[in-house]
Amino acid sequence: MELLSGADMLIRSLQDEGIEYIYGYPGGAALHIYDALFRQDKVKHILVRHEQAAVHMADGYARATGKPGTVLVTSGPGATNTITGIATAFMDSIPMVVLCGQVASTLIGEDAFQETDMIGVSRPVVKHNLSVRHPEEIPEVIRKAYYIAATGRPGPVVVDIPKDMTTPNERYEYSYPKKVKLRSYNPAVRGHAGQIKKAVDMLLAAKRPMIYAGGGVILGQASDQLIELTRMLGYPITNTLMGIGCYPATDKQHLGWLGMHGTYESNMAMHHSDLILCVGARFDDRVTNATEKFCPGARIVHIDIDPASISKTIEADVPIVGPVDAVLKEMIALVKESKEKPDAEALSAWWKQIEEWRAFHGMRYETSSDAIKPQEVIEALWRLTNGEAYVASDVGQHQMFAAQYYKFDKPNRWINSGGLGTMGFGLPAAMGVKLTHPDAEVLCVTGEGSIQMNIQELSTCKQYDLPVKIVNLNNQALGMVKQWQDMNYESRHSQSYMESLPDFIKLAEAYGHVGIRIEKREDLEPKLKEALAMKDKLVFLDIYVDRFEHVYPMQVARGSMKDMWLSKTERV
Amino acid sequence: MRRIISVLLENEPGALSRVVGLFSQRNYNIETLTVAPTEDETLSRLTVTTTGSDKVIEQITKQLNKLIEVVKLVDLTEGSHIERELMLVKLKATGSQRAEIKRTVDIFRGQIVDVTSSVYTIQLAGDSEKLDGFIQAVGTAGVLEVVRSGVSGIARGEKILSI
Repeated sequence: MELLSGADMLIRSLQDEGIEYIYGYPGGAALHIYDALFRQDKVKHILVRHEQAAVHMADGYARATGKPGTVLVTSGPGATNTITGIATAFMDSIPMVVLCGQVASTLIGEDAFQETDMIGVSRPVVKHNLSVRHPEEIPEVIRKAYYIAATGRPGPVVVDIPKDMTTPNERYEYSYPKKVKLRSYNPAVRGHAGQIKKAVDMLLAAKRPMIYAGGGVILGQASDQLIELTRMLGYPITNTLMGIGCYPATDKQHLGWLGMHGTYESNMAMHHSDLILCVGARFDDRVTNATEKFCPGARIVHIDIDPASISKTIEADVPIVGPVDAVLKEMIALVKESKEKPDAEALSAWWKQIEEWRAFHGMRYETSSDAIKPQEVIEALWRLTNGEAYVASDVGQHQMFAAQYYKFDKPNRWINSGGLGTMGFGLPAAMGVKLTHPDAEVLCVTGEGSIQMNIQELSTCKQYDLPVKIVNLNNQALGMVKQWQDMNYESRHSQSYMESLPDFIKLAEAYGHVGIRIEKREDLEPKLKEALAMKDKLVFLDIYVDRFEHVYPMQVARGSMKDMWLSKTERV
Repeated sequence: MRRIISVLLENEPGALSRVVGLFSQRNYNIETLTVAPTEDETLSRLTVTTTGSDKVIEQITKQLNKLIEVVKLVDLTEGSHIERELMLVKLKATGSQRAEIKRTVDIFRGQIVDVTSSVYTIQLAGDSEKLDGFIQAVGTAGVLEVVRSGVSGIARGEKILSI
């Protein structure tokens, strides 16, 4: 058997795990590992400019490919800088392994230089964390970390590696475990047959059914099954912000997404439904609005891999714990063999009602002023990229506009921080996508607030030649904060106005990229085309948009799903 | 409602902090907590008493089960069970009080485990209400110090919590 040092075992384990890329930043406690990395070329390391960006890159990679991302950082500040990224991944159940250097085990607890209790600091925002206590354990710890990160409800796993676990001249026998077994961790592999049967019976008996799908469909790679079941039944479907792309947005059965900034028709249909089939979603507060007023006439079937997501905020009538793809497959088979068919008459009346709702609002927006509307920028991008782009978004109004007006027909293409709402996520996430999809169009839709939270990564883009297109919807304000201040604080814009913005064009050029400013509506399409034609260049599009625009529809706070503002003046 | 949740936990460093962290992170109550290794040295047995609505208790058990190091758990209050808590209490005991305290200790089936000329140290086991009752009976004025172990519990009859 081969003898390897702890550091070499770590890198070999990553190779044997099939890891292509790791994103990171070196430092004292991780130097043995970085040296082992230098002496091989299978695992490629991407050097970021701030550790938070490394985590978002790994996250973008994981969301686009479905495979766990990998991060490597040093102890202390290197490790603590990853926390926002880890929390972002945790809230959206993104599989990821974060390898952190640590001071030597003999120094732990002595307040050594760059010592932080990373196991303690990360505990509330990880699926699990592991500490290496002996170099020989490294292969098993790494195998366990990826196994836990990627199975069941996925999530980030932190591995803490004291420096003396990776000492170069101490060698141990290396073998990578094929399998790992944890007696206390057994994610469900199929749903309960009786519950599935009950759910199908209820589904077929429904008069006003609604399918409500979430990010779990994308994580569980169950889009095909969801599409098959939905089309077979002919029922309306909505999805959450995290579920965007799990069902084709341009399909006539799709009502757009739901919740705080969801479509009028989705929210109305949810409120008036008599049966909700929830697939891999978690009745988040941004979806339900006031839980006590949520969908009063609906019975609820809830499919989720995580039992703790079921009946957490909204009580399920039929809970089904299991992987969504397996459960949906069984449901499809049962619908096929069932003598009962959906009630055609009820369904046609239900669709007639839904079409009226759809026509009533139709995602219209005001275009009478000269100012470029953020919505029309997104619509133009959708047209010009044939709806095929990967869109990584930051957080704020631009995120909502991108989600509303870019019609995603495929999963894994809408990359956003839905749960934690992390500004600064967009650019590094887009970079993680571009790295593994070099031929795909990758857009980062952002605002002048968010982009400045990780702007330093323009340098990483230069180093690794990552020609993403940055679409900065510049309204010279923290738009979403300002919108809330307009609606709830009599337009007192406390700290939501961005003074002294940089010249983003010069900034992009300083980092070796191209900058294009767009200020007039007639320049919008030609300049977007010009930017998209520069396949091998990162283009920073600084687009001056209407400073006063709000995102609509918007649910009325503490109301039911159907209580919405449809514009600055219309409330339903 | 008060519940006693009994947990089999991997006997590993950091496992206990995950359980305790979960309670504070999700805003659940811990009234008492006891933990010690079992006859199988790879496992610890942890007993936590908590209060909450049925919905909250359901979430607590589900969230506990999600912790990788939690092997198995049971809500003992769902069935008939035995619960015990150990209390050591120092009482001021001088003059005529000494006989009176001795009688009360006997009634509660406790033992005087240490004696000085002015202090009795008493050991008492039972459910939490019985221990409260003893303190009430002797009166808080004479109590110098109290230490309670927190609740341990086990199901009655054939039911066992093991792997």
